[in-house]
Amino acid sequence: MQIQVKNLHKSFGDLDVLRGIDLDVPKGSVVAIIGPSGSGKTTFLRCLNALEMPNQGLYQFSDGFKLDFSKQPKKNEILKLRRKSGMVFQSYNLFPHKTALENVMEGPVIVQGLKKEEVREKAVFLLEKVGLGEKMHLHPHQLSGGQQQRVGIARALAIQPELMLFDEPTSALDPELVGEVLSVMRELAKEGQTMVVVTHELKFAEEVADHVMFIDGGVVVEQGPPKEILKAPKEARTKQFLDRVLNPS
Amino acid sequence: MAKMFLSNFILGAADPLVDWELFWSSIGPMVGGGIKNTIPLTLFAFTFGLILALLTALARLSGNKILSGIARVYVSAIRGTPLLVQLFIVFYGLPDLGITLEPFPSAVIAFSLNVGAYASEILRASILSVPKGQWEAGYTIGMTYPQTLRRIIIPQATRVSIPPLSNSFISLVKDTSLASQILVIELFRKSQEIAARTYDFLQLYITAAILYWIVCFVLSLVQGRIEKKLDRYVAK
Ligand SMILES: Nc1ncnc2c1ncn2[C@@H]1O[C@H](COP(=O)(O)OP(=O)(O)O)[C@@H](O)[C@H]1O
Ligand SMILES: [Mg+2]
Repeated sequence: MQIQVKNLHKSFGDLDVLRGIDLDVPKGSVVAIIGPSGSGKTTFLRCLNALEMPNQGLYQFSDGFKLDFSKQPKKNEILKLRRKSGMVFQSYNLFPHKTALENVMEGPVIVQGLKKEEVREKAVFLLEKVGLGEKMHLHPHQLSGGQQQRVGIARALAIQPELMLFDEPTSALDPELVGEVLSVMRELAKEGQTMVVVTHELKFAEEVADHVMFIDGGVVVEQGPPKEILKAPKEARTKQFLDRVLNPS
Repeated sequence: MAKMFLSNFILGAADPLVDWELFWSSIGPMVGGGIKNTIPLTLFAFTFGLILALLTALARLSGNKILSGIARVYVSAIRGTPLLVQLFIVFYGLPDLGITLEPFPSAVIAFSLNVGAYASEILRASILSVPKGQWEAGYTIGMTYPQTLRRIIIPQATRVSIPPLSNSFISLVKDTSLASQILVIELFRKSQEIAARTYDFLQLYITAAILYWIVCFVLSLVQGRIEKKLDRYVAK
């Protein structure tokens, strides 16, 4: 297993949002998380990056790095965790005062302390990989949503994370721009990048994911291979959710 | 002397509107006072004030109860008391504690404290105006709080704070005239000195007013240009 999460709990005041989530992600595999709005998917991903601090839970990497959230983790443990994982946000969150290239270079230069010339070459490579080699000197406001999200992916990849986290990366996009982002993600999966993807794109999940988790009310209702969960779910709640996603209105 | 005052007051209307001889002999010393004291006082106070303001804003945002408490009391005390009283405390009051300062450094201290308090609220609001997602984006690529603050947040907050900070700067230029009351020989004090000799109050004070106006007008033009330049690239 690349990462293992055990019994993760998170509450906001009286609201128990995550009530004991387990997750195993083998190296090089893709886990898709689906579930209705408000079920805790975003909170779960944010916990995996310590943007939210879980109340309880164990988080373990294959190299022995381990966090026990029942104690407050130390600052340097949190930094280490974040350097092991890259996050792609629903709303991109690019740095508006920096060009696409500067956005991608920021992590390696500032966090890893690498030389600018070295980083530049890799950053250009990453931007070319997501199809934005020509746009690297533009600022975010000069890019379309799909282009911004691809810069977001390149920025997250730049610190060479073991694990990539995607929180509905295409749900803020116009329909015609969804494909370009998904195809970048498909490419990453093919290269063996370990990924956890929250998504409503069921076709994408079916094609790309090795494992699908359906979350509702802060617990995992059902999980398994995509064909099983998406085509022949056992739980009524899963069926109902899939039905609503496939036949909106 | 009383006669001179009378003639000036009563017969003033019959005099030519502007005493050009006085104008040319007074403008030199006034501009001199401006260059020697008004401008340096403004620049020193604004620079130190901004540093103090940033520290105060960060203390208030830190979530540390003691730090933010101190910052809160400081801002409240400065905003709740007249600037003139603050100047008097530093210049006329501190000697009672054995701290005697020259007029100019006294004025720099009082004005810096004043700018520090007001500008800290501006900086705090500008920092808060940067979307939370920008902090998080910094954190997720592994940046620390100070790195994110310096590289991601401050540059964006700066653009938001330029208009209100320019206003503070322009106010400061005018407020430095209060330093005349603690014997700093700045622009307005010069005009007072000449007026005390010549009794031509109206002309001298209007001349002083026009000089302030010119400086502030130029500054507002500069402000407009900076704002236009920085208008781009602000996170929506
Ligand atoms: N910072 C927060 N404070 C309080 N409640 C929150 C916070 N973040 C999320 N929640 C609540 O947690 C629940 C799960 O939210 P979220 O994880 O965003 O769900 P999803 O991503 O599946 O739509 C919702 O009820 C939401 O209102
Ligand atoms: Mg969500």
